[in-house]
Amino acid sequence: MDKEFMKLFEIFIASALINNFVFTRFLGLCIFFGVTKKVETAVGMSITFTSVMMVSAALSWLVFNYIMVPLDLTFLKIVIFIGIIASFVQASDTIMRKISPGLYYKLGVYLALISTNCIILAVPLINAGDKYNFIEAITLGLGSGLGFALALIIMASIREKLELANVPRPFQGLPIAFVTTGLIALAFLGFSGIITQ
Amino acid sequence: MEMQSQQKSTNYWSLLLIGVFKENAIFRLAISLCPAIAVTTGLKTGTLMGIAVVFVTVMVNITVSAIRAFIHPKIRIPVFMLIISGWVTVADLSMAAFARDAYKQMGLYIQLIVAFASILTRAEVFASKRSVVPSFFDGIGSGIGFMFALICISFFRELLGKGALWGVDIIHAKPLLIMLLPTGGFIATGILMGFFNWIDIRFYGGKGAGGAGGH
Repeated sequence: MDKEFMKLFEIFIASALINNFVFTRFLGLCIFFGVTKKVETAVGMSITFTSVMMVSAALSWLVFNYIMVPLDLTFLKIVIFIGIIASFVQASDTIMRKISPGLYYKLGVYLALISTNCIILAVPLINAGDKYNFIEAITLGLGSGLGFALALIIMASIREKLELANVPRPFQGLPIAFVTTGLIALAFLGFSGIITQ
Repeated sequence: MEMQSQQKSTNYWSLLLIGVFKENAIFRLAISLCPAIAVTTGLKTGTLMGIAVVFVTVMVNITVSAIRAFIHPKIRIPVFMLIISGWVTVADLSMAAFARDAYKQMGLYIQLIVAFASILTRAEVFASKRSVVPSFFDGIGSGIGFMFALICISFFRELLGKGALWGVDIIHAKPLLIMLLPTGGFIATGILMGFFNWIDIRFYGGKGAGGAGGH
């Protein structure tokens, strides 16, 4: 039991900090640069992302292990995972609009952006590749989601300040954001020593 | 439904050039950025990724354009996604069969071509409205533009980070290890993007400031 918990903890820390999706695996960059102009949108996006990521990790794990593996359909995993995620996002969009219009008003925009995002698709693919069990798969989803949230919020706070800085004209906007991200990535490299295996 | 073919559509050369320079997916539009940094530690992986993207973009454009009359407008996005993921699976499995070593490094990123906004955009704005031949050239243009960006980035990263090109040592000095780390990828992309903005401002009188950063 204790050992299992340790393993979950390791997966969590590894996916949130060491293999942070943005800074070491380079996924979700498009969203990362798109929504980090304001802290407020970054927070909204993080909440939506983390929850969608956990649920899609769970759903795709169930489909992968109980339907695709017995039927020998694993080579279709890309097509099927995209289908699961897109339909789940669409469903939650509709349900949220009916049940809680307030929440939908706040987070609905982000939900629409998510369905075909690489970071959401990466979690099921990694789970399938590393043959995690159900709890581990969800932990990976949670860890990656929180790691992504951390990245978004750090970056959004920096970019709000960057707006006031005097940047050379060709570098305004995205180029300087890239260089800044590079420096944060360097800092995140420091986490790689936390877990030694 | 079918749009009258405009003067432009006959000029295939300009379709190609637009994809490569004016609307370069990475440097100008800033979409589909993830692999730009992930697979560009070596010229070889960068080029292979580029080839895979050119293949998928062209095939998706041709398929969408060939069956555009049968796609109901309301479900067009899911249909496009299905077509894209089908062709990505083809690229993924062929890569796994023919380029084993490279595939081990970049397998996940090949699979994630599915989520490329640049491919979906081409299908949506271009291939779903035009006939097969212009769509083919549009696909090649946008794919090659992407490949060009990947090659630029990986050229500098491998040269400075390993002192080598395509695995062959060129500079016999202590390499800058930082260029191989994630950091190097972000910084190299940022600087190249700034450089292309500078060209745009200096020679074409553009506004600079790269794309809005859609996903």
